[in-house]
Amino acid sequence: MLQEIKVLFQKELQLEWRQKYAIHGLMLYLASTIFVCYLSFKAKQESINPITWNALFWIILLFIAINAISKSFTQESSQRGIFYYTLVKPESVIYSKILYNSVLMIGISLVGIIMYSWVMGNPVGNMSLYVIALILGSIGFASTLSLVGGIAAQAENTSTLMAVLSFPIIIPLLLFLLKLSKSALDGISISENWDEIAVLASLDVIVIVLSGILFPYIWRH
Amino acid sequence: METLKKYYWKWAGMLLLVYTMYMGFAGQVPRQAILNETVRNLYFHVTMWFSMIALLGVSVYHSIQYLRKSDPMDDLKSNAYVVTGLVFATLGLLTGSIWAKFTWGDWWTNDPKLNSVAIGMLIYLAYGLVRSSLPDEQQKARISSVYNIFAFIIFMVLIWILPRMTDSLHPGNGGNPGFNSMDLDNRMRMVFYPAILGWMALGFWYAQLRIRIRKIEVLLEEKEQV
Repeated sequence: MLQEIKVLFQKELQLEWRQKYAIHGLMLYLASTIFVCYLSFKAKQESINPITWNALFWIILLFIAINAISKSFTQESSQRGIFYYTLVKPESVIYSKILYNSVLMIGISLVGIIMYSWVMGNPVGNMSLYVIALILGSIGFASTLSLVGGIAAQAENTSTLMAVLSFPIIIPLLLFLLKLSKSALDGISISENWDEIAVLASLDVIVIVLSGILFPYIWRH
Repeated sequence: METLKKYYWKWAGMLLLVYTMYMGFAGQVPRQAILNETVRNLYFHVTMWFSMIALLGVSVYHSIQYLRKSDPMDDLKSNAYVVTGLVFATLGLLTGSIWAKFTWGDWWTNDPKLNSVAIGMLIYLAYGLVRSSLPDEQQKARISSVYNIFAFIIFMVLIWILPRMTDSLHPGNGGNPGFNSMDLDNRMRMVFYPAILGWMALGFWYAQLRIRIRKIEVLLEEKEQV
């Protein structure tokens, strides 16, 4: 199964590499959203409230994640889906998607935080804790949205369904993330936030394991 | 005798509810500052959440059964339990809102438990949307079972872990004393535990009625097609 995941992961990478417009599109989306935020707040350095700064960044990331991941099931035709079905285990498909989307989201969030602090200033007190929150959040977004994307791809109006299904289900994760990144803003040390980190990491693990168990049922038809 | 054996839990549940109603409005309760007489709402508010979690849990059980055996009846049951769970969640929100007005001074307070429940209701309303957006019966059953299991686990994380990590006005959170330590004396326990069972029985009865109605509807549809 590891072999299958590896091959499928490489396939995702190659697909992305060959059609660069998708990743370029995401980067442009990221840059323009951040710039729109900057313009609409007329934010000089440090002039908006750190809590607003934090919430705005997570909302930007959430929307980008939904955009990036909802296409992961729709960009390939259903015939190709059947072809994969004959070749590999469904678990490998979802794990490779989660892995690929996690890598993608970690990349986007790290580029995002650099661009965001460039124009909006950076009030974060403990940057390493903030990066930990970003990585855990990216993995959580990727795994939750991969499964929801798989569900939404079954219906006709995929994009509406994707938004409606993913928003409520991602709020718990988002609340934990906001809490952890708020601690990072206040410059609280990592050792005092083990509880939050542990809860977030276990939430990620729960979602990943659940996706592995449930995805085969979505895919079987 | 047969009927008695079959329906004893409904009778027991109704008797418990009559007892709850009587003791709830006329029984003795401890006097506490701020809470005063509103503490009686314990029997009508907290019990709703117990029933809701039980109903949603049974619904998840049927969803798992559906994924294992693909019996359409399991999907029908799972859906009926979710709908009943939502009814109880609405009742819980309403009774809680009244309680909040008279103790905390507002119909809706910015409290993690209230927000969690509101999010939970959004999650389950989205479940309804998934069902209505898939025309194929089998696909609908399979996808909504998957979503139901996923949603339930996320919801449990939300209501059991998050409020413990943030401040809340509810008893037992954020440094507030829990009901167990001071308010819930033995007199109230004698009503509270039966009340939980009574409301649960009512919930399961309601769900079963829904299931029976749906079964008849399905049969009628099949007849029309023939």
